[in-house]
Amino acid sequence: MTNEHEDDVLRAAHSRRSFLKRTTAAAAITLAPAALVKAAEDKLDEKGAEYFEKLPLQIEVNGKPYSLQVEPRVTLLDLLREQLHLTGSKKGCDYGQCGACTVHVDGQRVLSCLSLAVMQDGKKITTIEGLQNGDDLHPMQEAFIEHDGFQCGYCTPGQIMSAVACIREGHAKNDADIREYMSGNICRCGAYPNIVDAIKDVVKKGGVK
Amino acid sequence: MDKLFFDTNAPMADLDRVDGRAKVTGAAKYAAEYDLPGMTYGVLAGSNITKGTITAIDTKGAEKAPGVIAVITHLNAPKIPGYDEGTNPAKGQTGGKGLRIFNDNIIRFNGQPIALVIADTFERATYAASLIKAQYNKEAPHTDLVDAMKTDKPLEGQRYNEVVRGEKDAWKGAPVKIESTYIMPIHVHNPMELHATTVRWDGDDKVTVWEKTQGVKSTQQSVMQAFKLEEKNVQVNAQYVGGGFGAALRTWPHAIAALMGAKKTGKPLKLVLTRPQMFTLVGYRPEAIQKIAIGANTDGRLMGMMHEAAAITSTYEAFNEGLVKMTLQLYACANVTTKYNIYQLDVSTPTWMRGPGEATGSFPLECGLDELSYALKMDPIELRLRNYAETDPENGKPYSSKFLKEAYELGKDKIDWKRRNPEPKSMKDGEWQVGYGMSTGLFGAFRGQANLAAKLYADGTLLLQSAVSDSGPGTATAMVQIASDAMGIPANKIRFELGDSSLPPGPTQGGSSTTSTLGAAVSNACVTLKKKLAEAAKKSPVFGGDVAVESLDFSKGELSLKGDDSKRLSYGDVIKGAALSSIDVIENAVPNPAMQKYSAYSYSVHFVRVKVHPLTGVVRIDKIVTAADAGKIVSYKTAESQMIGGVVGGLGGALMEEGVIDHRYGRWVNNNLADYHVPVHADVPHIEAYFVNKPDPVLNPVGSKGMGEIALIGFAAAVANAIYHATGKRIRQLPITPDKILEANSI
Ligand code: FES
Ligand code: FES
Repeated sequence: MTNEHEDDVLRAAHSRRSFLKRTTAAAAITLAPAALVKAAEDKLDEKGAEYFEKLPLQIEVNGKPYSLQVEPRVTLLDLLREQLHLTGSKKGCDYGQCGACTVHVDGQRVLSCLSLAVMQDGKKITTIEGLQNGDDLHPMQEAFIEHDGFQCGYCTPGQIMSAVACIREGHAKNDADIREYMSGNICRCGAYPNIVDAIKDVVKKGGVK
Repeated sequence: MDKLFFDTNAPMADLDRVDGRAKVTGAAKYAAEYDLPGMTYGVLAGSNITKGTITAIDTKGAEKAPGVIAVITHLNAPKIPGYDEGTNPAKGQTGGKGLRIFNDNIIRFNGQPIALVIADTFERATYAASLIKAQYNKEAPHTDLVDAMKTDKPLEGQRYNEVVRGEKDAWKGAPVKIESTYIMPIHVHNPMELHATTVRWDGDDKVTVWEKTQGVKSTQQSVMQAFKLEEKNVQVNAQYVGGGFGAALRTWPHAIAALMGAKKTGKPLKLVLTRPQMFTLVGYRPEAIQKIAIGANTDGRLMGMMHEAAAITSTYEAFNEGLVKMTLQLYACANVTTKYNIYQLDVSTPTWMRGPGEATGSFPLECGLDELSYALKMDPIELRLRNYAETDPENGKPYSSKFLKEAYELGKDKIDWKRRNPEPKSMKDGEWQVGYGMSTGLFGAFRGQANLAAKLYADGTLLLQSAVSDSGPGTATAMVQIASDAMGIPANKIRFELGDSSLPPGPTQGGSSTTSTLGAAVSNACVTLKKKLAEAAKKSPVFGGDVAVESLDFSKGELSLKGDDSKRLSYGDVIKGAALSSIDVIENAVPNPAMQKYSAYSYSVHFVRVKVHPLTGVVRIDKIVTAADAGKIVSYKTAESQMIGGVVGGLGGALMEEGVIDHRYGRWVNNNLADYHVPVHADVPHIEAYFVNKPDPVLNPVGSKGMGEIALIGFAAAVANAIYHATGKRIRQLPITPDKILEANSI
């Protein structure tokens, strides 16, 4: 399923580029040859081609639908941070090594830096900004504050998104489980013991939806 | 509940972080998270070689790539006026000149930036940066400290002179002695937030910078010097800082590059380092090889100590820190010799990292004491108590406060030290070997200068402002707590504004001195506010003119007459009654001159219980107890987190962290978080942090001492000592990975 989708993406990109190159060449002959040949030499057609290489993307982020045109190489994390200006999801490495970028895609925790945006077509994304209910914080957010599950706060959105999923997955039955299933989220400030306490507290108080 | 072992009259405050809500909702904005119209993205391309010169650089591919606006290299870099002065615009630290980015064609370390590519999107800038092609005249790299110690001469100068207290080599004549060499690799700060600079020039001589910095004022100064700008024209913002641990204490070359780039294009620019760049462009804790020798009488009294350290620095800066200082400071020992050597290698410049100096120096010292304790067949805590310094061994001064004995007691009790069988390799839990270890940490308790504005409004709210930044410890929370206690105003009615260089100048957050320095300013400002309130209350009929500050109580947001609390008035009514909109105070708090007569240190005592699996060499830290003498605890919750956080950092250094350079090429091998291991959830047990919580009566009016550094200092030694106790194997090289345990010989 995913592979087919990838193929589609690649085919689409390829055909757009070929089309554009052909039309540029045709235009070069019929219109202003010198300038356009020069443009081609300077690879300006690449600049134009790139515009057409954006792919359509329909996603829902925190309940809000977006209809976008996105370059295929844009990660979900960079889409969120740089284009939608939802900077709550953090970039700590960009290589899937730290968990700071954790978001939920259709309810599952996902490293958004390792996910291409165009592969999320039709999916529902929840980021830290979408976790609370109006002014009411999510119980996990409350618990992080109460147990001081952070210092600098940079890993925190990722920890919280992971923690919510960790409980949902049934991986928060005991301390060892929590530690194991939260180990993809690095906290360099070392708030781990407090984070574990926060998660246990949420479990004790009835878990998460 | 019994965290407050030695209760002081004031209960330890337990305030939730004042910026907690912003941090758990994603509303907190860090340096790379400001959206400016027309934003451009800068990406640095780095050198593939370690040493040599660039002979040609081809930027055409990058320039023609889609979306690229400019490419800057040493060939076309705009002039940085501060470069010509010989002073280092990206502020030098302890010697030499910082890397003047794009100033010449010389390559000094692998990954040194050779080009800045600016494009209209991050992806386009990243791709275009990959198209930069350079040709080099390559020279053989020299990055190995072990080689350097054989072939090179260490740097000379006052900082590197041998220090001899008492008699040199006295340890050699002692009846009981140990002599060992300890090795510690490079440690890298790796805060979770990548270093980032966002720049907007508002004209030729006016700029706004959003920077990851531990000091907004020091960044402002660096930018002013580099670009020859006036203070009022350089605005530095750092509202939230995603960890620093020392890596954000100076203005690094990439920030200058970002300023340069934005100036050249006239567009706002955002530059975020990649994680691999975080290993070479923002410092690290230098690798060190250290010899320790300690001699004692049979009763355990120290007769002499020798500590000689060798560490690395870059070829262009002489970074140095107090590596051997702790050996001169911690114990009462008349005869101590130290020598500190640094070697210049083809690496980027190291910098201060949490517990700078002492974190490295405490490893041989506190393992050495442990070795000596076994040689003496004496309890390691007892050995330390026998050499307890009642006055500062360096200068004979009394301490402004010292509760290290209490911290030993506290920790010993909590870890249940009495269960420890002193015999190494004697304790078991199933197939696991069990061991107990301990160590001491010390760090100078400093206080600097701070300015602060305080405004008490007619609605009873209090605003405090200072140009500081908080990389995590919780500065605003602690300051709100201090003001709340002093003024009797609930914490939710007090706001502390920081992260803005236009506010009254505050200190840089480093050296565990923020609470001491800034807390003093808050405390003083509250005293002045009370005086002004009393003055304003003269206008009120309630007190009938009897408004000497001494005759008033200040609590629950009200003034009341001592002895007759029917006479009371809220702060707001006092202010309104005096026809004011607010009462304003500007405070400049300077260190207490009385401190000249005293020495001041914070202390930590770390206790760990480890389990070692003899067949696999796996180490599990089972229990951690850390007890600290950090003066009065201002904000318990954040203080506990800070201690825990330091311990986690120490645990990383003890068991897993190791920066690896392939010395054949001078190139980093593990410059990412998959290969450079830091502690994760599964590595970290429950950690118990305790505080003696006794105020220091001299250092500052709050009574606090520093905490950030001592939380980590000494921890690696406690782990190594526990592993020795469990296995009988003395591992003298960090990190203590299973292979080292399996290969080591048992006693
Ligand atoms: S930023 Fe995605 S895992 Fe680190
Ligand atoms: S709170 Fe700073 S990295 Fe986790």
